[in-house]
Amino acid sequence: MIIPTIRSLFFTLLAAVAMPAMASPAGFKNGSPDADDSAAFVSPFYRDNERCFICHGQKIYKYKNETTGQDIKEPMFSERIINRDAFYRSNHKGFSCVDCHSSGYTKFPHPGELRMEQMYNCIDCHGNDEKFAKFHFEEIEAEYKESIHFKLEEEGFSCWKCHDPHSYKINVRNTRNLKETILYDNNICLGCHANYDRFQLLTNREEINIVKAHEWLPNQEVHFQNVRCIECHTKINNNILVSHLIQPKEKAVRLCNECHSQNSILMATLYKFQAKQERKGGFLNGIILNESYVIGANRNEFLNLVSFIIFCLTLAAIIIHIIFRIRMKK
Amino acid sequence: MYLYPVWIRIWHLLNALLFLILIFTGISMQYTAMDNSNYVVGFAKAVKWHNAAAMTMVANYVFFILGNAFTGNGKYYKLKKGSLLPDLAKQAKFYCYGIFKGEKQPFPVTEERKFNPLQKVTYVIAMYLGMPLLIISGFVLLFPKLAIKNIFGVSGLLMNDILHISMGFLLSIFMLIHIYTCTLGAKPGSLFRGIITGYHSSEED
Repeated sequence: MIIPTIRSLFFTLLAAVAMPAMASPAGFKNGSPDADDSAAFVSPFYRDNERCFICHGQKIYKYKNETTGQDIKEPMFSERIINRDAFYRSNHKGFSCVDCHSSGYTKFPHPGELRMEQMYNCIDCHGNDEKFAKFHFEEIEAEYKESIHFKLEEEGFSCWKCHDPHSYKINVRNTRNLKETILYDNNICLGCHANYDRFQLLTNREEINIVKAHEWLPNQEVHFQNVRCIECHTKINNNILVSHLIQPKEKAVRLCNECHSQNSILMATLYKFQAKQERKGGFLNGIILNESYVIGANRNEFLNLVSFIIFCLTLAAIIIHIIFRIRMKK
Repeated sequence: MYLYPVWIRIWHLLNALLFLILIFTGISMQYTAMDNSNYVVGFAKAVKWHNAAAMTMVANYVFFILGNAFTGNGKYYKLKKGSLLPDLAKQAKFYCYGIFKGEKQPFPVTEERKFNPLQKVTYVIAMYLGMPLLIISGFVLLFPKLAIKNIFGVSGLLMNDILHISMGFLLSIFMLIHIYTCTLGAKPGSLFRGIITGYHSSEED
């Protein structure tokens, strides 16, 4: 395991403790930043990081060939471009580039052996740390190792395939707009599952077609906009907020009832963090109504009672009428 | 007396069958359980049958509206303003009291008057108010993108669904009462026979 540097630990602490004072009052929740305070954030490593961003922050970089004295312009490989704005909005925005990457990269041209540099995984920094206990990283790691993605680790799969450390930010835990969170989370999956260039790095399958694979789903677009892929493609774990046990496609949720029912699985997945409010205005699973409406999961107990009473009264009136008619005949 | 031409009988029979399918599948969707065990059919089947029956019922409804517009049947649904309330009271009094005393129908069926005032008002409300609301709200549920996103801070889809299930419920109650009042003819089965054969048998027959 790679030991995090003292510097990164210091800045993790800084992010959790000191930054709220720098940001807007609503800026940090649960020790992690959300998007709104990003404008106010100035990295203490801004200048240091610019030494990297000056090349890796744009499509074209320049350098002087010290042998010929020529100024050279080269295109930067797309995979090596880091979006500066996204980085300073991300959870890792308080870090210096060399907290995670070798200080050898401060030299240019970069030494060739750095290509073999071993990268950190989430658990290397976040594992077995009281400060991150509520995120249950150890359990996430265990789930990942059971997931279908782990089987691809030898091909190069890692946490970073879904959670780009240069741009990832905590979403559902701090969400103020669930629709945006759903889009953000689904784009993580679509980054590979709808982009063959990335997909083929890890598999030999010749085609990916999300739309075709989900043809059976009624109102496909509405489903895609209102639930995350992981709602159906992971195994529910009540201990962690976002399940990481991605299941084989054969085990994905296909029964409508699993969401469209009183005991909808959405309450244990998408709405888990907000599910403290059990009901809203007499509606079952009422928290869903803040963002959406799910037939079968959101029936209203008050309307149920009223309709039951009306039905019984109608039936009673008919029965009484029949009794009087029979008595009249006699 | 020949009162129900073939097109009305076909429309009525189809409407009744479709309505039953829609009630059972609608209840199945609304009260579904995670294990698919509740009620008549599972959610997925209920959705398919509900959608198919609803589309057929819309076509049948258009057929009914056109039939009323281009044949003489439309006249039976025209409400007379002047005497409507006293006539309604007279008919209600008959159903609640006179019928048990063996009194004659205050508005007997004739070729000019197929429905009594109470029937006429409830049929007009059911067919020209209830059905359009049910159909429009059903279309929005079938194509949720059509829904207004937010109505005074409440999900438009939710409001639309409440409208749809409320209309569905009220029309189901209407159907229950309609079936019962059809036993109030000359004999309990005579009005049912009439809508099958086309011939109405009055108390005088």
